[in-house]
Amino acid sequence: MKQLDEFLAEHSFFRGLPREYLELVAGCATNVRFDAGSFIAREGEDADYFYLIRHGKVALELFVLNKSTHTVETLGPGDILGWSWLVPPYRWRFDARAVELTRAIALDGKCLRGKCESDHDLGYHLLKRFTFVLSQRLEATRLQLMDIFGAAAS
Amino acid sequence: MLADPMLPTPYRVTRVIRDTHDVFTLECAPPSASPAFAFAPGQFNMLYHFGVGEVPVSVSGDPGRAEALIHTIRAVGTVTNALQRVRRGDAIGVRGPFGNGWPLASTKGDDVVLVAGGIGLAPLRPVLYRLLAEREHYGKIVLLYGTRSPADILYARELEHWRARFDIDVQLSVDRADANWRGNVGVVTTLFERVKFDPLNTTAFVCGPEVMMRFAIVELERRGVADERIYLSMERNMKCAVGLCGRCQYGPSFVCRHGPVFRHDAVRRLFSAREV
Repeated sequence: MKQLDEFLAEHSFFRGLPREYLELVAGCATNVRFDAGSFIAREGEDADYFYLIRHGKVALELFVLNKSTHTVETLGPGDILGWSWLVPPYRWRFDARAVELTRAIALDGKCLRGKCESDHDLGYHLLKRFTFVLSQRLEATRLQLMDIFGAAAS
Repeated sequence: MLADPMLPTPYRVTRVIRDTHDVFTLECAPPSASPAFAFAPGQFNMLYHFGVGEVPVSVSGDPGRAEALIHTIRAVGTVTNALQRVRRGDAIGVRGPFGNGWPLASTKGDDVVLVAGGIGLAPLRPVLYRLLAEREHYGKIVLLYGTRSPADILYARELEHWRARFDIDVQLSVDRADANWRGNVGVVTTLFERVKFDPLNTTAFVCGPEVMMRFAIVELERRGVADERIYLSMERNMKCAVGLCGRCQYGPSFVCRHGPVFRHDAVRRLFSAREV
């Protein structure tokens, strides 16, 4: 557990989180591994976990009937995977598939949700961090939607 | 020094490469009596398709290989569509080189981060050739390249070759892909998370659509790269290429003459002005 503790403390996502909260979060953490091609999450399933990717690559995919699966985004070392655990109805919105061997820290979002409800300071610390991640993803998605390389260039 | 900068020299097309469905590369040779074509990375030429018209195109070849003049072109308009149809042995007119180019000499000793979007990789390729030819003079070299889809990747073989080297960090991302693609998906700015460089001693060269460059600048500044160490290649409609016609005026500057490469602190205000 001490190793996970240290890993979380060093991760930019948790930087500055008070020690007592870090220990609490570490208590909800497990070290996990996914083989290439395996699914970490499937759309519609309960979103009970989120992940800090330590190694590898994860594709967020959207399955469209009668069409090929569309990769929306890929995530790599240092990235956070999953925010559906924070938002009702707490179900994954996309498939998450390990493109290659992926190692991650899984955090029990269901457990953390309960702790955030009973300790709003913890909730604020976590929401602040997730808001930053979400704002970056939104910014990137907007840019992606513009299809800037499809338009005129020389 | 150009004898008459408005007079095109006929070059013979020696090779045509179809890079993607709408991007192609022309390799040209000068007339036999002409001296080898010398240029600085980032400079451009005016390419003339006889009877159709002229367009500015950055030189995308190796400055150390003066016998071949290389341009990578995206077919988007009348002239570039006509150029797409030229074949080996055809002649095209060439005026140039014009513009200032990337400030490579002043970046020696620095980490160098290249951020390229789409066809923006073409004007940066000569920079990479130079950096790799003088590898010992630079710190880390990072290339972040974003494009639309796997089918739109330029210079795929060279990218593979560069990625296989141990002295350059090449990161590639596409905006859209299906599940068969094993690379990164996401806008080019997400690649900054994948690389490390020393922001206090980094010079960044950015080339691509302006909106992409705006977001790349935000990421560079967020990591502590100073304004005066960020260079952008600007694109405007250029006609005369020698600063006379004013068609490419960009605030107080002419892109053809004072650019196309500008230091970000020099164009910061213009860069976010909607009226320019």
